[in-house]
This record gives sequence, C-alpha cells and structure tokens, in this order.
Amino acid sequence: MRFMLLFSRQGKLRLQKWYTATAERDKKKMVRELMQVVLARKPKMSSFLEWRDLKIVYKRYASLYFCCAVEEQDNELITLEVIHRFVELLDKYFGSVCELDIIFNFEKAYFILDEFLIGGEIQDTSKKSVLKAIEQADLLSPYHTC
Amino acid sequence: MCSCYYSSVWLHVNTGECNLASKHVPLQYLITLHWFETLFLCVFQRMPAPIRLRELIRTIRTARTQAEEREMIQKECAAIRSSFREEDNTYRCRNVAKLLYMHMLGYPAHFGQLECLKLIASQKFTDKRIGYLGAMLLLDERQDVHLLMTNCIKNDLNHSTQYVQGLALCTLGCMGSSEMCRDLAGEVEKLLKTSNSYLRKKAALCAVHVIRKVPELMEMFLPATKNLLSEKNHGVLHTSVVLLTEMCERSPDMLLHFRKLVPQLVRILKNLIMSGYSPEHDVSGISDPFLQVRILRLLRILGRSDDDSSEAMNDILAQVATNTETSKNVGNAILYETVLTIMDIKSESGLRVLAINILGRFLLNNDKNIRYVALTSLLKTVQTDHNAVQRHRSTIVDCLKDLDVSIKRRAMELSFALVNGNNIRGMMKELLYFLDSCDPEFKADCASGVFLAAEKYAPSKRWHIDTIMRVLTTAGSYVRDDSVPNLIQLITNSVEMHAYTVQRLYKALLDDISQQPLVQVSSWCIGEYGDLLVSGQCEEEEPIQVTEDEVLDVLEGLLVSNLSTPVTRGYSLTAIMKLSTRFSSVNRIKKVVSIYSSSIDVELQQRAVEYNALFKKYDHMRPALLERMPIMEKTASNGPTEIMQTNGETEPSVPDTKHLPLVTQPANQANDLLDLLGGNDVVPVIQTTLPTKPASAGGELLDLLGDLSLSGGLAPAPSVPVSQPPFLLDGLSSQPLFNDTSAAIPPMTAYSKNGLKIEFTFERANPNPNIAVITIHATNTTEADMTEFVFQAAVPKTFQLQLLSPSSNIVPALNQGSVTQVIRVLNPQKQQLRMRVKLTYTHKGSPVQDLAEVNNFPPQSWQ
Repeated sequence: MRFMLLFSRQGKLRLQKWYTATAERDKKKMVRELMQVVLARKPKMSSFLEWRDLKIVYKRYASLYFCCAVEEQDNELITLEVIHRFVELLDKYFGSVCELDIIFNFEKAYFILDEFLIGGEIQDTSKKSVLKAIEQADLLSPYHTC
Repeated sequence: MCSCYYSSVWLHVNTGECNLASKHVPLQYLITLHWFETLFLCVFQRMPAPIRLRELIRTIRTARTQAEEREMIQKECAAIRSSFREEDNTYRCRNVAKLLYMHMLGYPAHFGQLECLKLIASQKFTDKRIGYLGAMLLLDERQDVHLLMTNCIKNDLNHSTQYVQGLALCTLGCMGSSEMCRDLAGEVEKLLKTSNSYLRKKAALCAVHVIRKVPELMEMFLPATKNLLSEKNHGVLHTSVVLLTEMCERSPDMLLHFRKLVPQLVRILKNLIMSGYSPEHDVSGISDPFLQVRILRLLRILGRSDDDSSEAMNDILAQVATNTETSKNVGNAILYETVLTIMDIKSESGLRVLAINILGRFLLNNDKNIRYVALTSLLKTVQTDHNAVQRHRSTIVDCLKDLDVSIKRRAMELSFALVNGNNIRGMMKELLYFLDSCDPEFKADCASGVFLAAEKYAPSKRWHIDTIMRVLTTAGSYVRDDSVPNLIQLITNSVEMHAYTVQRLYKALLDDISQQPLVQVSSWCIGEYGDLLVSGQCEEEEPIQVTEDEVLDVLEGLLVSNLSTPVTRGYSLTAIMKLSTRFSSVNRIKKVVSIYSSSIDVELQQRAVEYNALFKKYDHMRPALLERMPIMEKTASNGPTEIMQTNGETEPSVPDTKHLPLVTQPANQANDLLDLLGGNDVVPVIQTTLPTKPASAGGELLDLLGDLSLSGGLAPAPSVPVSQPPFLLDGLSSQPLFNDTSAAIPPMTAYSKNGLKIEFTFERANPNPNIAVITIHATNTTEADMTEFVFQAAVPKTFQLQLLSPSSNIVPALNQGSVTQVIRVLNPQKQQLRMRVKLTYTHKGSPVQDLAEVNNFPPQSWQ
C-alpha cells in the first residue's frame, strides 16, 4: 500500500497515512486531485479505479471515504477487506464510530491504524489481538494528557 | 499524614505524567491528579495552560469562514511557538498534538519538528506516542532533522516496555530512511528472533521496509527466517509470509532457497481451510482470509517457472478453487488470488480451465468489483488461453454496456483481443454500437481498434468500406490523424469499390462537414473518383444523380467553411484541381484556383499558384500529373511509404506526419521522377494486391487500352510517362544504355502520319534478357515545329513498361533534329510485344492528338 486517506464528502481530510516518502506539496496536490476524482464517482461504479499509475481502492462508510492506493500486484478485493477491518477496529474502539469520533480523536485513529498496519501491510489478522494491544497501550497514558 | 499525602501528590504533579515505572495508576488517583494540576498551574505558573486539543478542535470548527479559521490557527500557533520557546515539558505533548491537527487542515507545522524529537526522547509513554506520531507525519526522510531520531529509536528498540519497542518498530518500518535502516538493521534482526510474538510480527514488517530501502541488507535477515513458519501466532505467520515474499521477489537466490518451503505453506493453507470455526480469525465464515491470500501469493512466486513446485501446489489450488464460499467479497478475494496463481505457475490444463471458468462466473456476478477484476485478469490471459477466454465472449461483450468506465474500457480491450475471422461480423456490430454510444475518451481507441480488426479480418471489401464509413460518420472527429492516410491507401487499393466508396463519402459530406478526418478522406476520394460519381456508375447501391457543379459546390464549400482546418482546405483544393481532368467545367476550376493564389494561408496559396501554373504553362502535363493513383504498396510501417510519382503527386513517406500535404509541384517533381526512373535498372517489381477485376480506373491513358486490359496493379514503375520541362533536362540526352550486341535487332518505324515519324531502335539490356530497351526517334518533316510533344505508351498486362525522360519536347521542323526517348519493356513471359502509343503536340498553334497501335515489332525484340 502506498498511502491511505480518509476524507469527508465535503472534501475535508480526516486522516492521511503515507508509506512512501513524498514531498509535502506533492502530497497536497495528490490529495486534492484524488479527492476530486473519488468524490465525482457515482454510486453504481466499482470501488476500483486507475489514477496516475496507481490502483485506487475506495469505500464509503456513512460520511467518510476510505481510500487506499495499492501496487500493481496487490489484490484489490482483499484491500476492500483491509479497509473493512480497519473500520471494524475503529467501531469496536469508539463504540459505533462516526465521523465526529475520528475528528475529535484523530490521534487515536492513527494509533489504531499503526497497530493494524506497518508499512502498508497487516501486522495481525486477529481483531481481538489488535484491540487488546491498543487497550494496554492506552493504560500507559493517563486520560487527561492532551 | 496530610502533609505527606500532599507532598507525594506534589511530587507526582511536578512530573505531570505517570512515570512508566508505575504503570498501574488507579483512575481515581488520576482524577485527583488532574484537579491538583490545574489548581497548581493556575496559581503558580505564569502562563495559563495551553488549551486542550479537543477544545481547539471544537473552536476551530466554529469558524464560519476560511479567514476566520486562519485567524484562530495563527493565534494558536503563536501561543504554541512561545510555549515551545519556554521549553515547557508539561504541555509539549498537547501542543504538538494540536499542531498535528492544524497540519492536517493544511497549515504549516515545520516548527514542531524538533519538538517531536524531544517528545520521542521523553520517558513518558504519552509523549513518545505523540512524538512518534508527529515524526511519522512531519519528519520523513526528506527532512534535515530526520536522522536525529536514530539514537532515540535505537534506545526504544531495546526498551523494557514492549509497547515502546512497538512504537519504535512501527516508526522505523513506516518511514525510516536508508541510512537509518542501515544503522538499525541489527536491532531489527535481533527482534526478529525474539519469542515475543507481539514484537516478532512488527520486526518482520520492519525488516520488509529495511530490505526495500537497502536491498543489500537482505542477507542478514536470512538466518532469522529459519523457523518463522512454524509459528502458531497468525500475526507472526502473516508478517513472515510478507517478509518471505519480499525476499523472493527481490532475489532469485532467495527464491531458490525458499522453494523448499512450498510443502509447509501448502500444509498451513490446508489447515486454514479444513480447520473448524476459529472466532479470532474468522471473516464471514472463512478462516483468516488475509493469511490465505498472502500464502497464495507467495506460492505463486515460488511456483512460477518451476514444475515441481507447481505440481506440489496443484491439489491445494484446486481445493481452494472449488471449496471457497463465493457469496461474500471475502471468498471472492481468495478465489481471485487463486486464479492469479493458477495462471502464473506451471499448472496443468485442467486447472487452467477451472481458473478461466471462475473468471467467467465472476463476469456474471452482480458485484461490479468482481466483474472488474475478472475483466482485468482475462485481459492478462487472453493471449495464452485464447480459446478458453473465447467461450466467455458474449458475457464480455455485454460488459460493454456497463455503467462503470473502467469496466467498459477493459471490456473493450478484451473484445478487440477476441476478434477473429469467425466472429468478426457479430463482434463488429457490437463494437460499432459501442462506438456510437461510448464516452469521448474511448472513441479514439475504439476507432483505431475497429480499423485494425477490420483490416485483419474483413470478410469482404464492401463490408470493409462500409465499416470504415460507419466509423468515419459516427466518430469521425475522434479518429486518429494517421488513420487518414491509411484509409486513403485502403480505398485506393479496393479498386472495384471506388464508385461505391466515393458515392457514400459524397453523401456523408452532404450531411456533415465538421468531422475533419471524414472530410479529408472524402475530398480526396472525390478528387480521385469524381468522374465515377457524376457518371452514376455505382454497382453496389442505387447510383445518385449528381452534377459536376454540385460536386464542385461541395468542395468549394469546404474551402470557405469555418469548420475546415487548413489541412482539410489543402485536401479540397487539390481535389478540385484533380477534377479539372475529370470534369468538363474546367473554367470554374480555373477560377477557384486563381482566387486562392492570393490566399492568406501560405500552404493554400502555394498550391493555388502551382496549380495556376499548371493551367497556364504546363497544361500539357496536367492530364498526366492528375492521373488516377495506382495501387500503393503497403509496407510494414502501415502507411504509404513509397514516393508515388505517377501522377506527379508526391506523398511524403513519414508515417507520423499529422497530415499528408498532397502537393503537386510540376516543376520540382521532375527531379524526383528523374531519381526514380533514371539510372535505375528495371527490376521486376513485385506486385502486392492485385484487384481481381481489371481496373475501371479512369484516366485517358488506360482508356486507350480497351482490350489490352492493363491492370491497375502496376507498381511504382509506371507505364505513364511524363515528359520533362526542357530547362531541367537540357543536356541530358537519352543514350542507348548498352552497346549493340552482336545480334542486332533491326529498327522499325512505329508511326508515321501527318509529317511525324517515330522510329524504334532496339538493344537488349544486360544482364536481364527479358528486358528490351527501345529508343524512339521522333522526326518532323513539316515546315513547322511540333511543340509540347508528349509520347505516351501502354503495353499489355503481362509486360511492364518504363519510360525515361525524352531529350526534349520540340520536334524541329524539316528533320532538323529529333526527339529521342528510351523505353524499357520487361517481358518475362516472352509474349509478343504490342504497344499502343498516344501522341500529343502542338502544330501551327493547334493541339494535335493521335492514338496508334504498334504491332510490327521484330520477333527478336521479344523472343
């Protein structure tokens, strides 16, 4: 996976995880363009598209678009499952997650993502295991910090 | 006791955070702590506590305009900056978190980079957590301070708390630079061997990143991979398979080394499928699909081009292919990966057919994502498993009607790949329908595809022309520029369809002159075959009644229309000019040409001026120059690359020019003709596509022949002679090419009438005895010169003729000199030589023209 983006229907970025070193202004440009392309898609279209030289896999959950750029040899269908697993983790953690949870607790969303994927690859295929690790790590940080 | 209580609280409050040594802090204590902290800080600190992250987010979201938001951000940034300046340890974490939020909104946050480093170096877990997050967002390898992290990461990789180690491994594995990877690879390798599965799985993915950044380090991880696959933990298994995949993809040696793991991988996969329900890894009834997919991918790489490995995995692949639940996306994801593996390894044919059938079933799936991947995979296999894919042709063609752009594109590409001689009619119907209705982005590719397929598999010429017409009329403006010359060549070579073609193109022009490729091809055809058009000769369909004036109206209309590009105007002017030898309304054409000789468009002007010259000074050459084009040879570069000299119209040979300027240059083309005709030995030119019926190509010369059916299949060594303007060729006298051979052939008088006498003398061309070289000598016994003298000759089909340039075109009066010209005749079948000649000249102010047959060739000239 090259990168993952979460953005709202209004084109507001909620999370961006880049697994390749990219210049800041290139990132901005790519995000802007890709958001435009994905937001223009109609509901009847497939979840896959080609953009620049990348394969894009995206799925909409309520008001949020989850968008991944994968390599040529990656399996698009399983990428959909990866996205779904991430949403499930967020859901379990926040309890019926909604966009506001991710807005106000963006750093936690990142922590969860980083416990699920490293370098774009899955670390652990067990939901239970990932959630437990986050729970334990949370215990090391008192609740009043930020 | 009270004071002791308070003092211990004070101690804790000072540090502001939980020390990692005492992890288990009860919640109640934390709340009390919070209250005390706020109290103390309000009383004892100079600055108010920086606002909390959530507070800031809430505030910023209340901004109603971009400007308002920017103001809030600027204010907060200023506060954060001063807080950083004061080296405030307490709130650094909070400030950096806020900065990260503002960064996500698009505001600059580089001044927080060093703060992230300080957070990472802190002993507090929360600090480290935010610090590493900040590093991953702000400190990628392009930043100067990136490397300053290295030492901290190194320390944290050896930390006593696994969650800290985890943070370090994650950061390194997501964004470590090559240098950092080099420095820390040893630590990662150590952790790869730990028994702690939490760390081992992370270390494996970190190793993947290290290898990607510094491939030379791959070797050092080899020992640690020894028993990775014997792990029970799925996390470790999954990440290990990823690591092994990375190593095998990058190094053929590693690939060889790891091939022995195939049986073990097969076993693991089998267990996953056969084992009962495992709640921890279950996804919609399938056990750990992520791991299954990764194993299948690794098997693909190991089995590629290796018979033994491929055989070892045959059974499990068949099992997965047949037993996987297909009702949900998860199952299909596994099937998809299985199909990719089957197609890539050396699988037996039964398995391959199974795979293609799975793809065929995918095509019928309601889920468009499934259809999408099916089409993609079929496109990859259509070359190797063509017949199997053909069976699904109708489903693929149905996908042309899909709403999804990507699916349509793939279906189109696949459809073109599946076209063959048997299905061409049916497929073309579908593809033309698609061309009509598809988005503009497809039209160019589709049109090109249709032309290519039609060229390869057209069942008849009529069908071919009709198909081209259909494309030109429906997608004419999207057709590629290089199609125009290709189509022109095609039309020229379909000799028996000329009348039909020009009629259809003419009708199309009447409807619509906006599509430039269509207009260009049409004008060209009307220029060439306009005579067929007005004479109503069409066989294929009802001939239309059209007058010369109507045709000229249309062509002139193109010249003035705003829709016509300069290139198109060039085509139509040349077409009009060509009609001057085919129509009788020459005066009208002369007028048009003279108007455009003052055109602003330089190209048009040049053409018009030259055509004007053709009317005035070189009118004797006009008929010959504007003759029908012969069949063009097709070369590999798919365009007319021969320089066609017959009618004096040169077509440049470069296939990638955007348009073909058909420029008639009466003065200069003489030079080119000389190059082509003069000095070359006559070689029997191989004729490509000969039309089955004799050419009804008009042109006065060929009409001469009547029963001497001269086929249109003459290659560029033409039978149409062109005489040269004297000023270029002064001094070039045609000489007999070879000395008389011992067996001299007697000369003969070919023609003698009205004072003009033409004698033929013969040589044999060495080394080719099939070639007769004839020199004509024209003399004039009258008292007036014969000027503008042109000698033309035609021979029967089995012969080939080449005329070299004459010595001059004035036959002086009273035998004061002669015009000589060399003819070479190739007679491979040694048939009796016959010739028809046509003479034109001006005598005493009036033009004279005569036709004659020459039958009295001495036998030695052709035996």
